Amino acid sequence: MTELQAREPLIFELGKPGRQAVTQFPPHAPGTAEIPAHLRRAVPPALPEVSELQAVRHFTRLSQMNFSIDTHFYPLGSCTMKYNPKACNSFAMLPEFLALHPLGPEPQGFMACMYELQEMLQEITGMQGVSLTPMAGAQGEFAGVAMIRAYHQARNDMGRTEIIVPQAAHGTNPATAAMCGCSVKEIPCDANGDVDIAALRAAVGPATAGIMLTNPSTLGVFEHKIAEVARIVHEAGGLLYYDGANLNAILGKVRPGDMGFDVIHMNLHKTFSTPHGGGGPGSGAVGVGARLLPYLPIPIVGRDGARYRWLTERDLPQSIGRLSGFMGNAGVNLRAYIYMRLLGREGMVRVAEFAALNANYLMKRLQAAGFEAAYPKRRASHEFIVTLKSENRLYGVTAMDVAKRLLDYGFHAPTTYFPLLVPECLLIEPTETEAKEDLDRFCEAMIAIRREMQHEPEKLAAAPHTMPVRRLNDVRAAKQLDLAWKPAA
Amino acid sequence: MSDIPNDLRYTKSHEWVRKVHGEAPDGAVEIGISQHAQSALGDLVFVEVPEAGRTLSAGEASAVVESVKAASDVYSPVSGKVIAANGELAARPELVNQDPYGAGWLFRVQTNGPFDEATLMSPVAYAQYLADEAK
Amino acid sequence: MAFIPHTADDIDRMLERIGAQSIDDLFDEIPAALRAGALKLPPAMGEMELGRLLTERAQGDGRPVNFIGAGAYEHHIPAPVWAITTRGEFYSAYTPYQAEASQGTLQLIYEYQSMMCALTGMEVSNASLYDGASALAEACLMAVRANRGSNSRRILLPRSLNPTYRQVAHAIAGNQGLVFESVDFDRAAGRTALQALLPYSGQDVTALVIQQPNFFGCLEEVDELTDWAHQNKILVIAVVNPISLAVLKAPGQWGARTEAGHGADIVCGEGQPLGVPLASGGPYFGFMTTRMQYVRQMPGRIVGRTVDTEGRPGFSLTLQAREQHIRRSKATSNICTNQGLLVTAATIYMSLLGAAGLQRVAAASLQRTADLVARLSAVAGVKAAFTAARFHEAVLLLDRPVPPVLNALAQRGILGGLDLTDRYPELGHALLVCATETKLDVDIDSYAAALADVMQVARAAA
Repeated sequence: MTELQAREPLIFELGKPGRQAVTQFPPHAPGTAEIPAHLRRAVPPALPEVSELQAVRHFTRLSQMNFSIDTHFYPLGSCTMKYNPKACNSFAMLPEFLALHPLGPEPQGFMACMYELQEMLQEITGMQGVSLTPMAGAQGEFAGVAMIRAYHQARNDMGRTEIIVPQAAHGTNPATAAMCGCSVKEIPCDANGDVDIAALRAAVGPATAGIMLTNPSTLGVFEHKIAEVARIVHEAGGLLYYDGANLNAILGKVRPGDMGFDVIHMNLHKTFSTPHGGGGPGSGAVGVGARLLPYLPIPIVGRDGARYRWLTERDLPQSIGRLSGFMGNAGVNLRAYIYMRLLGREGMVRVAEFAALNANYLMKRLQAAGFEAAYPKRRASHEFIVTLKSENRLYGVTAMDVAKRLLDYGFHAPTTYFPLLVPECLLIEPTETEAKEDLDRFCEAMIAIRREMQHEPEKLAAAPHTMPVRRLNDVRAAKQLDLAWKPAA
Repeated sequence: MSDIPNDLRYTKSHEWVRKVHGEAPDGAVEIGISQHAQSALGDLVFVEVPEAGRTLSAGEASAVVESVKAASDVYSPVSGKVIAANGELAARPELVNQDPYGAGWLFRVQTNGPFDEATLMSPVAYAQYLADEAK
Repeated sequence: MAFIPHTADDIDRMLERIGAQSIDDLFDEIPAALRAGALKLPPAMGEMELGRLLTERAQGDGRPVNFIGAGAYEHHIPAPVWAITTRGEFYSAYTPYQAEASQGTLQLIYEYQSMMCALTGMEVSNASLYDGASALAEACLMAVRANRGSNSRRILLPRSLNPTYRQVAHAIAGNQGLVFESVDFDRAAGRTALQALLPYSGQDVTALVIQQPNFFGCLEEVDELTDWAHQNKILVIAVVNPISLAVLKAPGQWGARTEAGHGADIVCGEGQPLGVPLASGGPYFGFMTTRMQYVRQMPGRIVGRTVDTEGRPGFSLTLQAREQHIRRSKATSNICTNQGLLVTAATIYMSLLGAAGLQRVAAASLQRTADLVARLSAVAGVKAAFTAARFHEAVLLLDRPVPPVLNALAQRGILGGLDLTDRYPELGHALLVCATETKLDVDIDSYAAALADVMQVARAAA
């Protein structure tokens, strides 16, 4: 049903000694006699020796072994796999933008874009200041927690080293807290997917640095009691951190700043449609309320009259510092800027509206087809969870089986086994850019798979059947580590 | 039902403790993870054991067992000094899956003073604990 | 509506299925008091008018001839690199968690890891980190985990290391109690002197960082520094420029062969020179390689080759138990998203260039910088600062303040280098310059002529 490239040798197996793509070489071939012999390389590195066409064909064929948004519906929960407009890439790759050295004179045209991006993100999140330097969501989280620590330390409130996270939190939250030298306190969620208020009250105290929350939560529902959560944490002397993983669900509907959050990171590669690139780059811009303004990571774009300039440690002496060699993933930020200008104020609100429409529609259709929603009494946010607990009991199939079988039907699998709290779960996020027909096709596939569960469950257990490979032996991968090709001795 | 040998003591974090007789002075114990724990983790791909000579406090993370989908700390149920570790596991982590109470032992500790079994769960209590956890 | 495919009829039918009256009903769980008012954002723009705005802004920034390096280097990027990298199948795919539907990305990362191991002379590579500076911070944290014999968390950072890397290491790793101590450089040679390390002999130190070539473009005496570190049970973190490794000794070969093995223990650096445009500083990618014995201490994703249920070879993410989504607060790092697309570009770049091409790029860059230094230091009031052998950067000393000179050059369309006055006040009026293979004789000629002119005007005015 899906036509993926079947197999491609390693590029090392394609070449021949002496073959070169000489067009790409610099014209001169000087010697390296200036390098003292003991610092010189003796044996050349074992890199491929291929022609330009061989390389082009090889990597093109590899690309054809992937699912992607451009080729497939990709309802991967919590990842916001929406269309990445081509204009964002084309304009960000204008040759003048690409030629800018980061330490050259302050480029006014580029910086104007970054300044306006900061302003727009500030407005959308209801914050007082924005820094674009964090290079991914996890680094944005790091910046957020580091700012919270710096805030308490500046007040000489040294004992606040505990970060509270709900059990359903993304793994980066506790990992980030640890990277910032904080300890982690996990609190449970109640049956509706909300934070357990009693547990929160019991958890806060003089050691509380802050709480990290996603809203809507990773359970795909809006945290009803957010105002109460904010009050409890603030009264205990802690600050609130908003993990922007699910910002797509609420764009223009409710602002984290208005919910009481003191700091937020945004995943520009989710909400603002910069590409995921097979694992990155992302961009994890952070926004802060007034209390944390002095601690923002540098550099930031500032404006003196009509001139833009980089704000550095001189302007923000209390900053948590620099998180990247220059100013973060500038080209990603530029793509987010272009996306936001294409949508404008009218388009921005529609993001959340149609993400919610698609998610709620898909949830209802799947429920009608016999699938069990994990939180049936709740609205879906921009995503929702289906649990295959009963199917697992009745037919012995797992969420993994269904995920793999969906690949055969030409759909990328939803997120599986996250959040960990819900057994045999599929976290499904269709995004606003999918048409109703595509959602319907996905439902048809799920219905067909449901039929297979009942009549030929072995077909699911062995899925996928049409991909370049079957299920891979992960145990062998981890035990007999083969992490790099080596030339034959 | 999980295999829970009668001559061992257990912890809530699923370690087992065996008194070592004969070869070591009083208070030497052997530590591993239970049948239940290895089965919950699945095929182990890596086991890290503490170096001999290291001093451990009860409840301290002392070893790591890792499968494809999970990694879990093993907490020392007792305080004392590591006198031996199971070096076989570096090459054959699957021993923990195959024989968790025997060849899959993790490390031995010389406890500070004689070891008091009463601080840990009996086989009956551990069986009950597993039954309660499963509910 | 931008990128929203729904027709009015679609919306009606979908709402009907949901049982809602309006789209706004879908947000009825948000407390009314919290609902946002109208956003103050600019109105939507079409692709055509936005393209015009951006083109104007881009062109306004001009295209000067660039002689700045300092961690970001201008190299020729073969046309196929970005033509293929931006194919939707790479560009718009997610992290390859569903291995069967991501074999292209996975195999590419495996090939990348192989190339980085070959280049650095190490055994394992991860699938990338954010950039060179943050990769060093991660390497310092990794060294604390890997050096079991050390409890001090002390890391020695030479002052000849890129100063921004020091700042970033401090910002990222400082929260975990790492202590960074500075090691001075030899003022005449421009490289770290073994002498400066001797006071640390016999002390508990976790790791020594060695940047090769260093921030000044000078070559460090990597063998003796590595040997000293290993004699003192200190791990060596190498920070290297990947292009330079085509001609410089691989970190895996540094120092004498010892029981503990050979060479640096952790290698990291900035991957940008491998096919990534300057683009205002990012996105670039950080790389990291190490010895097999430390693989479980390494941060970031790793791809392994294995077999499927039918015994066919295939690729998947492996050793994931190190990572945040499994290990949570005990993960080796919080990194999740990395710089996958840049790794794609770098892999294609290295494939096209091969060892022979990279060697040519490195040698040509070295030669161009030598030419540049020779020409510029012939200008009155300009001399080379250091005597050590160089790769493709050099520090020049001027007899007058650097900023006005750079401004005057910029007005002539030349980015003359990086002013080091703030970073290294002890050097005086110091300027860091770089010429890669992209600089032609005509570029170097015009820089030399412009500098001679600017210096003369300045002298006359003084």
